Amino acid sequence: MKDLYGRAHKFSDNVNTDYIIAGKYKFKSLDMNDMAKHLMEDLRPGFYEEIEEGDFIVAGENFGMGSSREQAPLVIKAAGISAVVAKSFARIFYRNCINVGLPVIECDTDSIDEGDEIRVDLERGFVHNITKDKKIKATPMPPVMVKILNDGGLSEHFKKHGGFNLE
Amino acid sequence: MISVGTIAENILSNHTGKEVKAGEIVIVPVDYMMSQDGTTPLTIKAFKEMNGESVFDPSRYAIVIDHNAPSPIEAVSNIHKEMRAFAKDTGARLYDVGEGVCHVLVPESGEALPGSVIIGADSHTTTYGALNAFSTGVGSTDLAAALVSGKTWMKVPSTIKMQYDGELPVGVYSKDIALRMCGRLTANGATYKALEICGDAIDSLSVEARMTISNLAVETGAKVGLMRCDAKVKKYLEGRAKRKFKGVDADEDATYERVVEEDVSKLSPQIACPPDVDNVVPIEKVLGKEIDQVYIGTCTNGRIEDLKIAASILDGEKVDKDVRLIVAPASREVMLTAIECEVIEKLIKAGAAVTTPSCGPCVGTCNGIPADEEVVLSTANRNFKGRMGNTKAPIYLSSPAVAAYSAIKGCIADPREVLE
Repeated sequence: MKDLYGRAHKFSDNVNTDYIIAGKYKFKSLDMNDMAKHLMEDLRPGFYEEIEEGDFIVAGENFGMGSSREQAPLVIKAAGISAVVAKSFARIFYRNCINVGLPVIECDTDSIDEGDEIRVDLERGFVHNITKDKKIKATPMPPVMVKILNDGGLSEHFKKHGGFNLE
Repeated sequence: MISVGTIAENILSNHTGKEVKAGEIVIVPVDYMMSQDGTTPLTIKAFKEMNGESVFDPSRYAIVIDHNAPSPIEAVSNIHKEMRAFAKDTGARLYDVGEGVCHVLVPESGEALPGSVIIGADSHTTTYGALNAFSTGVGSTDLAAALVSGKTWMKVPSTIKMQYDGELPVGVYSKDIALRMCGRLTANGATYKALEICGDAIDSLSVEARMTISNLAVETGAKVGLMRCDAKVKKYLEGRAKRKFKGVDADEDATYERVVEEDVSKLSPQIACPPDVDNVVPIEKVLGKEIDQVYIGTCTNGRIEDLKIAASILDGEKVDKDVRLIVAPASREVMLTAIECEVIEKLIKAGAAVTTPSCGPCVGTCNGIPADEEVVLSTANRNFKGRMGNTKAPIYLSSPAVAAYSAIKGCIADPREVLE
């Protein structure tokens, strides 16, 4: 898995799925590129315009709390975000990210500020803050999740193995 | 099998045929599955990507059109059309417009059974924990994988025991226990964990009232909100249960991460203030807050008991002239019962707008989206900014009794003033 590189967009604790993509949009369209324009719209209007391909969403505790809507990780991915880095994640959101092939990194994000240049080494599990010249160790991902992510998500995993092949 | 586990561990042990402990990752057979109109389209997409040809057992899959029903726009109508076709193709049970909200329909239909494992593509699938089901929300891709294989993977959760004792005061209900639980545990206090919710106070509640608490378990981050299978659960399932079942209890020497105790006899009605479900205060702190819209319904509090409580308070009264009261019975069965026992008549005479059984304004799709700066009081489970479709409309959450009495008063008001 190759390193990810981009700039940090910093968010606080408890960013919920209604902020990531409001319920009113998820029922109207299945076009993720179209919905991506509304990413974080209620929390930070104009956010989509700030993103450059490869950037990161960096957040505090419990990122992605709330709904089970898979549109949440899908629109983040469609907006060009390469991974979400947070202190902790909500359960369903975390699973959904892995299932759709969006990398999630759990680590202490206090030292990362808005606009910091970041490199993420998924393989060895650390985040390198280039701007601050600081390396942060990430919580290792459970092997089951690494396997699904390496296959490119759960659909690809099923296609490849014909079902669960995690043990 | 001899095991010394929590309810969560014991259900997963029974399903995997080996003794499992918190922290292990297991692949478990799934007993029932559900998806709704917000999550089914992506489920269908993932199902096709996986080259899924048939659902492993269509009698174990429900597709519910509830989040945006009846459809307000053509894009949604097309989604509903696709869902109907998928139900026909796979043989799944379709609940169409007007039948109700998924988390009320699944228990009503006798598919949420003690000791079973259920996944739903909707976060409030924790509701069936009140029926002793290990029941949790997943995303569309996880659900599609279960449709294809009959299985899902899970990390066996550790358990927090929530012990509620004492007698609930008049005017204080299971919703108040649930909101208090969210306030105490906070929005991520139980992330990835199971809650085991027990005690005299829980035993004394009806099964319906218990579902309100398990429904809100997810708002603490919990994976499941499990309760015991007692005589009331068995009675509720009489004539309903679709399959044989056996309740699963915790063993005496089960290991809990911690135990949280609460004496409910001292509880006031609770209010979750905007914009978070864990921002909970006793009603005394927000009395007099002016409101513009009251919503009574949803998978949290749209059952017949809830409507009866609301109707008993609104009977012979009038909703304040500056307040709109919207009521959505949570299922057709609830609606019919509410008509038979004149609950609907009382509500309408008091000035309520009664709408189709569906999720409606709770999720900001239709049937009552608030205007800018309007304040909403709702019996739902979420008050996030923009949840009801308008980011400029703050949302307070309460029990149906508080909602009904406040609708009369035009501001957040304490129903204990009129309840004996």
